Amino acid sequence: MVGAPPRSAGSILLILLAFVFAGIALLAPLALIFSFALREGLGAYFAAIFEPGTLHAIFLTVVTAIIVVPINMFVGAALAWLVTRFTFRGQQLLVAVIELPAAISPIVAGVVYLFLYGNQGLLGPILQPLGLQIMFTPLAIVLVSLFVTAPYVARELIPLMRQQGTEDEEAALSLGANGWQMFWHVTLPNIRWGLVYGAVLTNARVMGEFGAVSVVSGSIRGQTNTLPLQINLLFNDFNIAGSFAAASTLALIAVVTLLIKSALEANVRG
Amino acid sequence: MAKQRSKHLLPGFGLTMGISLFYITLIIALPILAMLLKVAGMGLPEFWRIVSSNRALAAYRITFSSALIATVINGVVGLLLAWVLTRYRFPGRRILDALIDLPFALPTAVAGLVLVTLFADTGWYGQLLEPNGIKVNYTQLGIILAMTFTSIPFVVRAVQPVLEEVDADFESVATTLGASRWQVFSRIIWPTILPAFIGGCVLSFARSLGEFGAVVFIAGNLPGLTEIVSLLIFIRLDEYNYEAAAALAFVLLVVALATLIATNMLAAWQVRYVGRKS
Amino acid sequence: MNKLLASAVAALVLASSPVLAQPTDILNASYDIARELFEAENAAYAATSATVTVNQSHAGSSAQARAILEGLQADVATFNQVTDIQKLVEGGYVSDDWASEFPNNAAPFYSFPSFLVRAGNPKGIKDWGDLAAEGVQVIFPNPKTSGNGRYTYLAARAWATEEYAGDEAKIEEFLTKLFANVPVFETGGRAATTAFTERQLGDVLVTFEAETLGVVKQLGADKYEAVVPSVSFLSEFPVAIVDKVVDARGSRDLAKAYLDFLFTPEGQEVAAANFHRPQDETVAAANASTFPEVRLVTVEDAFGGWDKVASEHFADGGLLDKVFVNQ
Repeated sequence: MVGAPPRSAGSILLILLAFVFAGIALLAPLALIFSFALREGLGAYFAAIFEPGTLHAIFLTVVTAIIVVPINMFVGAALAWLVTRFTFRGQQLLVAVIELPAAISPIVAGVVYLFLYGNQGLLGPILQPLGLQIMFTPLAIVLVSLFVTAPYVARELIPLMRQQGTEDEEAALSLGANGWQMFWHVTLPNIRWGLVYGAVLTNARVMGEFGAVSVVSGSIRGQTNTLPLQINLLFNDFNIAGSFAAASTLALIAVVTLLIKSALEANVRG
Repeated sequence: MAKQRSKHLLPGFGLTMGISLFYITLIIALPILAMLLKVAGMGLPEFWRIVSSNRALAAYRITFSSALIATVINGVVGLLLAWVLTRYRFPGRRILDALIDLPFALPTAVAGLVLVTLFADTGWYGQLLEPNGIKVNYTQLGIILAMTFTSIPFVVRAVQPVLEEVDADFESVATTLGASRWQVFSRIIWPTILPAFIGGCVLSFARSLGEFGAVVFIAGNLPGLTEIVSLLIFIRLDEYNYEAAAALAFVLLVVALATLIATNMLAAWQVRYVGRKS
Repeated sequence: MNKLLASAVAALVLASSPVLAQPTDILNASYDIARELFEAENAAYAATSATVTVNQSHAGSSAQARAILEGLQADVATFNQVTDIQKLVEGGYVSDDWASEFPNNAAPFYSFPSFLVRAGNPKGIKDWGDLAAEGVQVIFPNPKTSGNGRYTYLAARAWATEEYAGDEAKIEEFLTKLFANVPVFETGGRAATTAFTERQLGDVLVTFEAETLGVVKQLGADKYEAVVPSVSFLSEFPVAIVDKVVDARGSRDLAKAYLDFLFTPEGQEVAAANFHRPQDETVAAANASTFPEVRLVTVEDAFGGWDKVASEHFADGGLLDKVFVNQ
């Protein structure tokens, strides 16, 4: 429904309350990041960003996102197709298993990977003699990032595709389109905003993941330190300004994420 | 399990099923299995000794009570925000709406760093609170605020769409029939949004239970006072005490599963509820 | 976009698989408070003719040993305690004659557990006995994860053994009180320092002298004072080549050359400048004004060697567990 301008004093009070809360709890933290990052001037700010450790952390974080986001978009779309276009036994279980990583503590996500690929783990002792080292490498970071963001795209697409139904696709098939043509020309245009929306959420989580990554990273400076780990490391090095400079890059990404989300919401809902 | 029950017109069953099962096995199921095997490898008395140790019990108590309080705060505030966003047009509404999602977009470690700085005795908020004897950093209050911050959007985003659906005409009819605004809210609106509200609260609670990045910065991490379960797992790992880490991780996994089942049941309830109403 | 993706994947594969050609970088897995030390050492090393890049990873010494056992590809381990290297020996990662590969039992520098108090020393903390007093809060890292924390235990025990003339009941009573005065056991030495400085927890921080002097220099003598106890425990910081890793990577020569550098006068100078006491006598004499006189007991004199310490004190259910009740 379309809201109306506030009429009574009570409703104006409610709106004011909402703004006060948002100001204290949301806007001030955001402002603080940039205010602290820029406190010693732009020169010091860029010096902190271009410090090799931080620069590499930015690189690693971006690369991880570039790998993880497309994979989870692809798999998320496949999952949503499977769950919304067919009925099969075990469907509920499948959906529950996909949802699990979102409900789990990120530390647990890291722990399960350590127990799988660590040298004392399930597969570690088999892989190690083959020269395949996964723990404490960027690959481990990619794997846990895939894990923690596995549900995000599917979660956006499943309700959307369920609501849209299958008529368009069935029509395309009856007109002689093959499966891929149907997907490219009918399904994808229908779900593209949901897909992008899910990708934006996935990206935000991948770039910001801390708990799971801190278990599997080994925090090698300039190698396996992602941006959130770098922020923590600089904080512990007594380098508060550098820490906030690194944090500001992530905050900037967060703001962009919000802008894209807000723009997309009009498309998804409308 | 992957048996097709009825013949479908649409293609891609085998392909998407293959992709999904392969991915789920490799990325989700196998790692969890590795942990379950670790837990299964220890005896029941050993498992019980770890998960019921005093330090673990204190960590559960702190984690659960903080998450509960954070959820109550977010329930109230979330309802207010959802109400304001759906009911009124006013300048800055779009910005407010976008800002709600900040805790999802902002990495938790950054959130932790910011909160601990805000509430430091020289920080923007700390210098107002500390002289009045309110200490946030490194107390349970800090944990509660960190959990509250990271889960602000859940209730808002759950209630908002349902609130938009509630028929305004229906409300105005009720009002013209002499119902007070409070009666309209408690008899018509509240029952409609209740399932979504509870669903949002459950998600908010689950997220708070698992929150790590933001909490470790501000919690102080004192065993028995401000140590959360996730941190205890992390410490046990560093101590090379894998049994304890696995056992505690198992507890969190079970809680996560229970939350999922609860949300799914709520969703089913909501469908039935809405279905019955219309 | 596709090209970018491909190169990103290639970079990942390269980074995660053993490099077959002669490597140009090595990884030094080190203890928590050595962040600034090895940054300086690596810079000094890079200024020599060496072309290798030395990467750093820092955490509690024992946590690092665990990480290497779990697969962290560290070419060299620069730890702060022999017991942590022994874990690598037991795991088959380091040969058991590691101590004879470098001078001075492979320990280029040393330090000892010392005290850091807030300006003016409001609680009047002078010696180990003051730490067990009622109403005093003590910060030191978790002895289960940090060599730093275990040294603190050993130093406190060495002091108590002298003070109570070997009366085990009294020693344990003192240690139990000391551990009960610790509100939080951080997993690494640096985290303990930030607990004391940033979070303002505790009245006294017990950590290596290297850290107490570093903090006073970095955060100001107007805020903190270093206090040296009457007796402490010699903490030699051992280094070792991780044989299993260097053999797989072909980086043994690089690792050896890097560790050798730590024993040279230049390497020793850098250590002294970062408040680690150098073994080199000439360098030590030149920096005598930085380091006050202190009486240090050795592991052999006080406890009969590291093997005995490991089995009697640090094993599960050992003497440490008896007094570390709040863990």
